[in-house]
Amino acid sequence: MTKSQPAANSESNVEIELKDPRLAAFLAWLVPGLGHLYQGRTGKGALFFVCILGTFFYGLYIGDGRVVYASTEDMFSRRFLSERWQYICQLGVGLPALPALVQRQRELNGKPPLFGAALGNWSMRPPSKNAPAGGFQSKDLTGDGRIVQHPDELAKWNYELGESFEIGTVFTVIAGLLNILAIFDAYGGPLVIPDTDDKKKPDDKSSDKNPETR
Amino acid sequence: MFDVPQLTNVAWILMFAATGAARLWYAVPLIISVSLVCAATRHERMGSILIHALRFAIWVLVFMGIVLGVIQILSWMQ
Repeated sequence: MTKSQPAANSESNVEIELKDPRLAAFLAWLVPGLGHLYQGRTGKGALFFVCILGTFFYGLYIGDGRVVYASTEDMFSRRFLSERWQYICQLGVGLPALPALVQRQRELNGKPPLFGAALGNWSMRPPSKNAPAGGFQSKDLTGDGRIVQHPDELAKWNYELGESFEIGTVFTVIAGLLNILAIFDAYGGPLVIPDTDDKKKPDDKSSDKNPETR
Repeated sequence: MFDVPQLTNVAWILMFAATGAARLWYAVPLIISVSLVCAATRHERMGSILIHALRFAIWVLVFMGIVLGVIQILSWMQ
């Protein structure tokens, strides 16, 4: 299926061939920018790829690789929505957020996380439900040598990472939401704002070419 | 070595302001990325995208500045 978007204003007088919009939208969700590359819109594809994945992985880096993996709850449970609703937004980025589902399922089934040893300090796994001997502990961040006891591992991550956990979460959430805009762009083309000239001349033939009426 | 408790009030305020300002650097990659992606969903040509992104980024910075100003004034009024 091929859909052409006609020109909407003189500034962006470009014919766009939106090749197979549904497949392009799916590809754009799977990997940001891939849908645009499929449609031959290389520049925009590269821009979405760099901006969205850059934001996502920078957030993941700030959050020590934990911010996308920070729940072991069932995704459709009420507890998940109250505890880690951010993952729904992070899922907008597609493939890079999907390993969290696999790791979460492995944790729920009592299996060890994948790539646990290979990732070193990066904890790309959900918080463990099985407390080690002595419970979840960390050193007091004020440096007076006391030990802080945490109710679960997620609380421990929050304490140890501090604001980095929140900032990393914000970056990954925004990356997911931005990719939703990119998906719509792959499906329907750019949202072109009509020129003021078009608004002034409703009888003009160019007003028929408003993309909002296609 | 300077004695930390002997810092003046102004020095403390400046130190806290510097800490807050350091945190603001996190906004820079976000503003760049958000403005470029939003602009790219409204144009097809790279030139138009960059111009729109620049305008959008300035608008975001001005908005953040206004919010910061309002919060600062409210904190002074406390």
